[in-house]
Amino acid sequence: MSPDWPVLSVTIFLPLAGALLIFLQRGDDEATKRNARYIALWTTLVTFFISLFLVAGFDRSIADFQFVESYPWLGGTFRYQVGIDGISLPLLILTTFLMPISILASFGVEKRVREYMIAFLILEVLMVGTFAALDLVLFYVFFEGGLIPMFLIIGIWGGARRVYATFKFFLYTLAGSVLMLLAIMAMYWQAGTTDIPTLLKHGFPAGLQNWLFLAFLASFAVKLPMWPVHTWLPDAHVEAPTAGSVILAAILLKLGGYGFLRFSLPMFPDASEFFAPLMFTLSVVAIIYTSLVALMQEDIKKLIAYSSVAHMGFVTMGMFTLTEEGVQGALFQMVSHGLVSGALFLCVGVIYDRMHTREIAAYGGLVNRMPIYAAVFMIFTLANVGLPGTSGFVGEFLTLLAAFKVNTWVAFFATTGVILSACYALWLYRKVIFGQLEKPALKDILDLNPREVAVFVPLILLTILFGVWPGPVLDTSAAAVAALVRDVQSALAPAASSLVQLR
Amino acid sequence: MPFDVQSLTPALPEIILLAGALALVLVGAVFGERATGFVDAAVIALLAVAAVLVIWLPGERLTAFGDSFVLDYFSRFFKVLVLIGAAAALFMSVDFWSKERLRRFEYGVLALLATAGMLVLVSASDLITLYLGLELMSLSLYVMAAFDRDNLRSSEAGLKYFVLGALSSGMLLYGASLIYGFTGTVSFAGIAAAAKGAQTGLIFGLAFLFAGLAFKVSAVPFHMWTPDVYEGAPTPVTTFFAAAPKAAGIAIFVRVAIDAFPGIVPQWQQIVIFLSITSMALGAFAAIGQTNIKRLMAYSSIGHVGYGLVGLSAGTVAGVQGVLVYMAIYLAMTLGTFACILAMRRDGKAVEEISELSGLATTQPLVAFLFAALLFSLAGIPPLAGFFAKFYVFLAAIEAGLYALAVIGVLASVVGAYYYLRIVKIMYMDEPRPAFEGMAVPVRIVLGLAGIFVIFFFAYPAPIVAAAEAAAKSLF
Repeated sequence: MSPDWPVLSVTIFLPLAGALLIFLQRGDDEATKRNARYIALWTTLVTFFISLFLVAGFDRSIADFQFVESYPWLGGTFRYQVGIDGISLPLLILTTFLMPISILASFGVEKRVREYMIAFLILEVLMVGTFAALDLVLFYVFFEGGLIPMFLIIGIWGGARRVYATFKFFLYTLAGSVLMLLAIMAMYWQAGTTDIPTLLKHGFPAGLQNWLFLAFLASFAVKLPMWPVHTWLPDAHVEAPTAGSVILAAILLKLGGYGFLRFSLPMFPDASEFFAPLMFTLSVVAIIYTSLVALMQEDIKKLIAYSSVAHMGFVTMGMFTLTEEGVQGALFQMVSHGLVSGALFLCVGVIYDRMHTREIAAYGGLVNRMPIYAAVFMIFTLANVGLPGTSGFVGEFLTLLAAFKVNTWVAFFATTGVILSACYALWLYRKVIFGQLEKPALKDILDLNPREVAVFVPLILLTILFGVWPGPVLDTSAAAVAALVRDVQSALAPAASSLVQLR
Repeated sequence: MPFDVQSLTPALPEIILLAGALALVLVGAVFGERATGFVDAAVIALLAVAAVLVIWLPGERLTAFGDSFVLDYFSRFFKVLVLIGAAAALFMSVDFWSKERLRRFEYGVLALLATAGMLVLVSASDLITLYLGLELMSLSLYVMAAFDRDNLRSSEAGLKYFVLGALSSGMLLYGASLIYGFTGTVSFAGIAAAAKGAQTGLIFGLAFLFAGLAFKVSAVPFHMWTPDVYEGAPTPVTTFFAAAPKAAGIAIFVRVAIDAFPGIVPQWQQIVIFLSITSMALGAFAAIGQTNIKRLMAYSSIGHVGYGLVGLSAGTVAGVQGVLVYMAIYLAMTLGTFACILAMRRDGKAVEEISELSGLATTQPLVAFLFAALLFSLAGIPPLAGFFAKFYVFLAAIEAGLYALAVIGVLASVVGAYYYLRIVKIMYMDEPRPAFEGMAVPVRIVLGLAGIFVIFFFAYPAPIVAAAEAAAKSLF
């Protein structure tokens, strides 16, 4: 039912047009800055609007890729090929949805506004492209290309230790990714193509699968990030400008989770089962360890960054149960975390813009001066904890349910993480919002202005909507996830039955 | 045997360049310094004519001089690269020489002779022609390195290059004589027919020959001259070195390995893998501590030769195709980068410290943007051209099962990314210094073209990839 115009490619590349428009602006005066801001905002809004055509035209009953476009590209079998299915669509929409919000939240940026907006628009192209790519090489190009704008965003507009943070981010991620590149090449020579739909059905030899899985793991584990390769994330999050943190937490991390769902599980099912205990262990360690670390933080952004690592632990745990609930839950958790952590970073941004510090100790009693802000922060804090009625609950519940079926101990330990997350999140909230307003610097702090309210309203609506009615996300992904789990299980079935025979 | 003028057609580009060089020497001798402008223009015109001829000479595989000179798609591909590299480097040099009051007509003539040598080298299909081309190229390059003869560093660079170059030529000749001794022929086809097994003497000859070639392309452990010469030689000369002779050297390396020694691939593969790994590693680690941008580019070029040799290590069509794509993209990146280096002038003097670039993004945003794109491309980050260069060579290495080489290579590229990023950081994240002087038009043109090539290569890579494929197939 695809429309007769290349809606997916337009969604991917439209932000480039906006970037070009801003690039053509000359001068450094207020007018240029304002133009750059509004061009970026409108471009991302139009992109979001166009991406809604994808939602409208998407047939939820079929698991296959839709809106497929395919053109020759590098010669040979490397093609420019894009398409979406129920797994990529929610994440793609999440991206196009969060971009205008991030841009709007960045209107306060005064330093090199043109370059800032161009970097964000190019980043959007690369992120949307990553979710839509149906060719491994194309995927890699989009996936890896995102490093360049993010390197600049953190490095130019970041905080005090921005240079250290951005180098760490870049080199960590690059080191993981290049190994995946080699795995992609090995897959090309093994299967003769980099066409993702074909590779999904290819069935790699079991021995090779383990190596390929590890190479992909190197990349996605860094990106997601999983313990113990998460150490770049607190630095990058803390130093990035607000919108950079939002995009980093809400979308770039999801590229790792998406990678697991798109490649690791369906293409290397045997390896996925083989390494599932390792993945469970790393997930549980991530959930408990980083939650404990979060408890000790003195920097608000750092606390939220560690909480992100913990929440990503639920994602990997859910996926590697190799069950429908688990994968659905993981996907939902990614969408929800995209909304909630993005919103939390925006919340931090609000007070950072006013006070220029992220120290928890510098705040306290904000509720007295900022009641609206207190309410907004409350909603997202509770969503981060996973309170029923917010989107955070659904993902955690589904993944824990799936884990309980597969391995009770994993579920047990992961659940303690939920409790810990309540500890650090509520502690943070109490320290920042409640109490007496004693700090003299806070006496005349202002509540949210209309622009900031506009930033938060859509996020609040969706967080609560998905909390009480997760259908829009879960129904979209249901067919694709069911097919994915069915394929994985059927690929595993012969191996399991041969084990039975051996007994 | 009657002499047939037609049989010289395949060598027409070389003949034109050499005749032109001789004529221009006369012009220069008669008219003196007044003729410099004319000579420079004539040199670039001759290079352009030669490039057109290289492309338009009909026929798939032409030979001349009793099969010792061959014009196939492979040599055409590299000849075009060499000619573009030489012409662009000369085009950019004019302004530098005038500003430094070093403008002399000899420079163009020497570059022309060196380029003619490179073309001969690329087309060589026996060891004698190889040596002839190599020496014509090298002798001209020695003089060019010392062109700023009143400058101590330039003279030192020339002398160093000459002494070490002479040593490497000696090794190469010794290897060639051993190979001749054990196979009874100097022609590549004859050697290929004779060299079927691993005879010790032949392997010795091979090792010496490869050592000589490794010196010319500055692969580790024969790289020692490169940082000093790159740093010491005047910047336009360094540009020339980095662009044209590198491509020619890689070309003859590939041709010798594939054409002359297809029977003993495992033997030379070991050597090339070693050269490749050590070059990539040294290029990545040694560049980290550099503060002079020309010296940094020297280490960078050592690293890039290592990546190019990854493709040769595979020894397959895909591998050679990878090398060709690599060299084409590397040429564009090098020319663009050196255009930026040539633009680094402040208070009437050329500056070479990396810290001088501080805050360039504020003072000259467009230059900084293009330079950053080139640096990201050199680091091999998609979607820039440098990624595709690395992609093709590593693709071939994986096909050939050289997993260890590929893993070491990509990890070295991560280390290498650090020092490219450091320059980006200095340009974008440090406090601005006063702007550089205005850029000369030729430098602007080359920088703009190189930047556009590097940024938009991904959109339409087909022509270069297809040409490289045809060229690679013509070798097998």
